[in-house]
This record gives sequence, structure tokens and C-alpha cells, in this order.
Amino acid sequence: MEKKQKKLLEDCRVLDFTDETGFLCGKILGDLGADVIKVERPGGDPSRNIGPFYKDIPDPEKSLYWFSYNHNKRGITLNIETETGREILKKLIEKTDIIIETFKPGYLKSLGIDYDVLCKINPKLIMTSITPFGQNGPYKDYRGSDLVLLAMSGFMSLLGDPDRPPVRPTLPQSFMWIGMHAAEGTLMAYYYRGLTGEGQHVDVSGQAAIVWASSIAPAYYDYNKEIPKRAGSFISGRSVTGALMRAVYPCKDGFITYIIYGGPAGIRTNKKLTEWMASRGMAPEELKNKNWDKFDITTVTQEEIDEIEEANRKFFETITKDEFFKKVIESDMLGYPVTTAKEIMEDEQLRERGLWKDVYHEDLNAHITYPSFFAKFSTIPCNIWRRAPLIGEHNEEVYREIGLNKKDLILLKEANVI
Amino acid sequence: MEERNNKKRQVFENIHVVEFAAIAAGPLIGKHLADHGAEVIHVESYERPDGFRLNYPPYKDNKPGLNRSGSFTICNNNKYGITLNLKAKGALEVAHKLIKWADIVIENFTPGTMKKLGLDYEEIKKIKPDIIMLSTCNQGQTGPHALHPGFGSHLSSLCGFTYITGYKDKLPSILYGPYVDHVGVGYGVISVVAALEHRRQTGEGQYIDLAQYEVGIQFMIPALLEYNVNKRILERNGNRHAFAAPHNAYRCKGEDRWCVISIFSDEEWEKLCKLMNREDLLSDPRFKTILLRKQNEEKLDQEIENWTSKLTAEEIFKILQKNGIMAGIVQNMEDIFLDPQLNYRGFWPELNHPEVGKIHGEAPPFILSKTNFKIDRAAPCLGEHNELVFKKFLGYSNEEYEKLVKDGIIG
Repeated sequence: MEKKQKKLLEDCRVLDFTDETGFLCGKILGDLGADVIKVERPGGDPSRNIGPFYKDIPDPEKSLYWFSYNHNKRGITLNIETETGREILKKLIEKTDIIIETFKPGYLKSLGIDYDVLCKINPKLIMTSITPFGQNGPYKDYRGSDLVLLAMSGFMSLLGDPDRPPVRPTLPQSFMWIGMHAAEGTLMAYYYRGLTGEGQHVDVSGQAAIVWASSIAPAYYDYNKEIPKRAGSFISGRSVTGALMRAVYPCKDGFITYIIYGGPAGIRTNKKLTEWMASRGMAPEELKNKNWDKFDITTVTQEEIDEIEEANRKFFETITKDEFFKKVIESDMLGYPVTTAKEIMEDEQLRERGLWKDVYHEDLNAHITYPSFFAKFSTIPCNIWRRAPLIGEHNEEVYREIGLNKKDLILLKEANVI
Repeated sequence: MEERNNKKRQVFENIHVVEFAAIAAGPLIGKHLADHGAEVIHVESYERPDGFRLNYPPYKDNKPGLNRSGSFTICNNNKYGITLNLKAKGALEVAHKLIKWADIVIENFTPGTMKKLGLDYEEIKKIKPDIIMLSTCNQGQTGPHALHPGFGSHLSSLCGFTYITGYKDKLPSILYGPYVDHVGVGYGVISVVAALEHRRQTGEGQYIDLAQYEVGIQFMIPALLEYNVNKRILERNGNRHAFAAPHNAYRCKGEDRWCVISIFSDEEWEKLCKLMNREDLLSDPRFKTILLRKQNEEKLDQEIENWTSKLTAEEIFKILQKNGIMAGIVQNMEDIFLDPQLNYRGFWPELNHPEVGKIHGEAPPFILSKTNFKIDRAAPCLGEHNELVFKKFLGYSNEEYEKLVKDGIIG
């Protein structure tokens, strides 16, 4: 499938002016073959200082966070706060299809290089602007971290133990939501441009991007003025009685996720778990005699749920994650172990699907394993094509295209433009 | 041309989508296409309505009913709803007609189901050679676990999200709802638009095999690389951050009200202390440097909470943000509906639902300057558009339509 085939976005040149909040957008375009050029300030982007680091060496060329979302990009440095830098940018714009940027609203305008100016140089230009709250509106100048955006989007109110403050996943998730949605909007604009020849400006709100991570929770308020609450290791909202269902159980060597569900798959699962427990002599009489076909998840009470879960809890303490995983696969039950990075990288299914790809980092003289595609297409190549760039690694080859020679580059370096 | 100049044209105008899909993962992809102008048909049957109609609250006024589901509504605005019983004799021919009409087919059954129905990609491309088909499922169409079914909450755990969420001394917390399904939705839209672009360039159709498990992993890459390179497993750590402090959710005035504050630099710390009227903290030996603030983080959090608990979350948010400090309100589902910024962006367009009344759609998080989204119809009631779709879109005569109903094909 991946022979020397033309990549979908091979003719698409992207200038990527994003910090960590927008990395993923350019990466996704790069996965589809776009020529994405990461533009950093001279000396490198501050987001290169985000850990973890390769072998714990804190070095801007060794950030694993940077590697994770900047592969499939080339890298140049350019100081757009200088007149010379802006002239160089305008030259680059002539051959650029898409700009992705995460500057504060108004910043590019103050430099005289906002969308309205740049689209006069290149009317087909698409510009995707990513900010915490959007280009306009009452919060447009407010700042956002992962924590702030998860809170302001509503997502965090649904997460964490009721007796503790609301909580965020320890690996930042908001930047991924933002980058993914930014790629959606950018690709839509690119497709539209293909049809009409017209570029446009895509205004992405980080806050709004993460509202979608709250799934159907907004519907509870919209329909019934109910406010779903965080429930720790339980899920809420499945029964009109308000009953909570446990979603994380301790097992012999960690945790598993098993949830009492309704519907055909849920009922099948409930039955099979009861049989499994019975085969080990651990199913109480009430469970053995339960008519699962009549079990109605939408009206079940907390009392009934607690009774079933108590028996489940005792049983799960006696099995391992691996035993559980094998059993659910073999018996077509719903449920999975609570995995760590280790188990994900050892998973049989992902290996068989060919997800992993070793990428050589010659500066480290080491191979690092990455997930290689986000989907399998019948004919569109989607892959990891190159590792993340070093600081200014492609200055020479990119700037040569616009007529700058080696001598010019030395001068520009000394003038702190690149 | 004129319409386009008036910025009325939408990206997917004249693009036709058919969904053999239910719950969130498949239908939301179609919703996002419909928001940008595609005509989308959501296929169900009376025997098997969308699971969100049947098994998943909220229902209006807590009364279950096929057309009373808020979950279904959020995933299906702007669409046409039909009932086509794919198991009925003669239904395949009708499904073929739908596929001829379509540019894109979206399905999220268990792998193999479409094949059993005679509607797998190999079959449908015989009917429509340039068709784009997206299959989205739990584990992917191939591989030893392909057939394994799963819901989003389970997959949150398999993708590693559960393990990294919550406090070390407590059980991990489960992410709300089918989190990974929604990652699959974003990547699903990306994949479909990529396939449309490919068709535009080459005239060729496309088959897309999207595994929610695999797209979930795209959101975990740094943790995977850390294990791969440093053999270290990322552990859940509350709201703590590797190099920021204070960095937490703090109690505010009111019941279960919280704000968040994240401080990344000494300058921000200095500003925060001044705004709290606690300049004494600046010279406090426990908090002078970021290293010390990280060491004494619990004490630090107490000092911050002494201040926040006397004010409302809204007050803290305003005071700090106006002074350039990254702070926020832990907004609940009511707050986000009232949020002035989201409303400014038209994020909650008002809709009228024939059985439920006034409700809101949920918009895309991006605004396209020339071809913005438009959300103007509530999700369909079961079979609401049977006549429109079968007669007008597919061209069945009145008699033919009646016969399809009588034969149980439409039903």
C-alpha cells in the first residue's frame, strides 16, 4: 500500500507557527504527505523545553514531547519581529498553501502580516489561527494552559473523585483536541479551495474544541437542566434513577474496566461474567438466578447495582489483567484492562495491524518507536515519513528555494533573523 | 458563483452521505459534515433504532421515548432520518439505490456485518465505483481482536487514559462518556475530507478502516515514547504539573465551585502574590523559586486556597486573566451553556424539536471565514423523512413507496 505513490498533500506547503497547543494540526497534515515546515524563532521554540526528555537529558533537541507531535515536519528558524524576517516570510508566502499559527489575537496584525495582508500576496492562502478562546469575543485576550482549557470547556467538571477537586489527565489532552479539530477545519478549507480556488481564514477556539470531549454531557443540561457531576471511578447518567455504575475495579495486578451495561452486548456480558464467576464458585445465588434478559439499565436502581458490583468486586480481586483481557476477547464480553504505556506497546492487535514504526534519529544514534498511521486508507498513504526537525535543520534547503545563498544565510544568522 | 461571493456556499454542498451507523462514533462524523452543508441520511429501522434512542439517557423530563433522547439529538442535527429494515427481503436493492445516491457511506457496525448484509466496500463499489466508505469500529477491521466489540469507556482504559487520570492514593478515574469515540469522530472527519480531496484530485473512491483504539493512541504519544525510550510509565498525579506550581483546582465560594490556576514562571508567581495581596509569600523561603514551590506544593496550595475560598470562581477568573495569569472556572454543564465566549461564537444554536421543543445544537469548534457552519434542523424523529428520502431523493413513485412499506422494507 505504501509504494512510491503520490501522497495526497504532496503539493501542499504548510508553514507551521504553532506552540504546543497546535502541534498536532501540522502533524496530521504531514501524516497525509504535506510539506510542513515548522517555523521557530532563532535558537528554537520554547516548547522544546517540555519534557519528558530522551534519556532524561534536558536538552531542546531531546524533548520527547517535541518528537511526538512534530515529526513529518521540516524545520527552519525565522524572526518575524524583524523587517528582514517579515520580507522573507512574504517571499515564502508566495509558495505557501496553509499557515497554522498560535499567536495571540492581534499579534500578527501588529506586525503587519495578518491574514488580510497575506491573502493579498497569495489569495489562495489558508490561514488557521489557534487560540485558547478564539479570535474575537469577550475572552479573546485571555490566556489558556491545558488546565485552564479543560476547566473552561466543562470537561474537568466531569472528572475526578467527588471528595477531591476536579482533576485533569496527567498527560495534557486539550492540545490534542485542539490540534485535531484545527486539522479538520484546515482540511475542509483546503478541499473547498480545490473546488473554488479561494482560500479562507480558520478560527479555532481551544475551549470549544474541548467541549466535544465531554461527549453527551451537555444534553443533560439542555434537556432537563441536570448538571452531571464527577464520579471518580464510576460512570453516571445510564439510569434515570441516577444510579452510578463502577467502571474501575482493582484486580490482582492492577485495575480493570468492567461496567454493568444494558443492550444486547451488555446483557451478553453480564450473563457471561456470571457464568465465569460460577465456574470458580464465586457467583452468589441471586446472580445465578438473575433474569438478565429482563435487566433494564435505563431504570435500574443503585441498590440492585451495588449488590451485583459487590460480587463482581470480590471476583475481580482474584484475577489478573491478562486473564481478564483474554477472557473478554474469547467470550465476546465488554471490558478491558486499565493499561499502561507498556501494555499498549506490547498489544497483539496493534502489532498485527502494523501500527508501530521504528524511526532512526541519527543525532541520537537511536531508533524510537512511533505509532505510524491514524487510519488505514485503501489508497491514501498515511504514515510517519520523517523524524521531528532539529533547530533550523532545513534553513539551507528551504531558503535556497527563495533565492538566498549560503552567504546570505550567514549574514541573516548574525543579524539574528534566522 | 454569485452565492459563493455572498459567502453562502458551504464546503460540502451537494455532497451526499448515508450512515449505517448508531450511537456516537459514526453519526457524529455525519453531523459535522451536515453542519458544513452535506445532505446526510441516518438509516435506522423500527426493529433496531439507534441505541441512543433506546438505552442512553437523558430523556426529556426523564421519560424514555424514541424521540426524546438528548444523546441522539446532539449527534444528529441537520440530518434526514429514514427507517430501512436491511434484513427484510428486497431491502438490499433499496440500499443499493441509496448508495448510488451517496458520495460517502459511514458505518460503525462490528466488522463483517456490512459484508453479511451485502454492503461491504467490495460490493458497493461495483454499484458506485467512486464511493467513499468509512468503517469506524473499536479495534479495526483486521487483526486478532478485530471482532471484539467495545464501548468508549472501556476503550478509554485500553488506550491508557484511565491509568493516568486521578490521584495516586485512589482508584483511577474514568473519563466521562465514550471519550475515545469522540477522538474517532475528529479523525473520522479528517479521513473523510482527505478521501473527498483524493477523489477531487483523481476521481477515485476510497475505503477507510478507522480503529478507535488507534486514534486514541495518537493522543498518548508522549507517554508511549517515554516508556519506549526511558522505560518509565507515566503515573496519574492529580492536577500536578511537571514544571508549574501552583497548578491545581482550588475551592471557591459556593457549593462545589472551583477555579484553576496555573503558574509557569517567577514573573507570574510574583503577579499572583500581588493580586492575592500576599506579597509576604514572595519572600517566604518555602516558595521563592519554582524548585521550592514544587517541593512545598501542598503548603502552597493551602495558601492559594485560603484566598480563592473567599471569592467566587468567576471573580478569580476575571481578576487573574485581566492581569495575564492563566486561570479559569471549572465550568459545569450549566456554565458552558451560559458562557459568553461560547455564545459569542454561536456555539449553541437554538433548534426546535417536534416532540421535545426548544433545544440547542452543538457547533464545530472552528469558524471558517467564507463558508461557516449552519445548524438549523434538530435531529430527526424515527423515520421522519421516509417519504422525502424515498420519493424525492431516490425517485420511488407513490405506489412503489406503499409497496416498500407493506413489504416491511421501509419499517
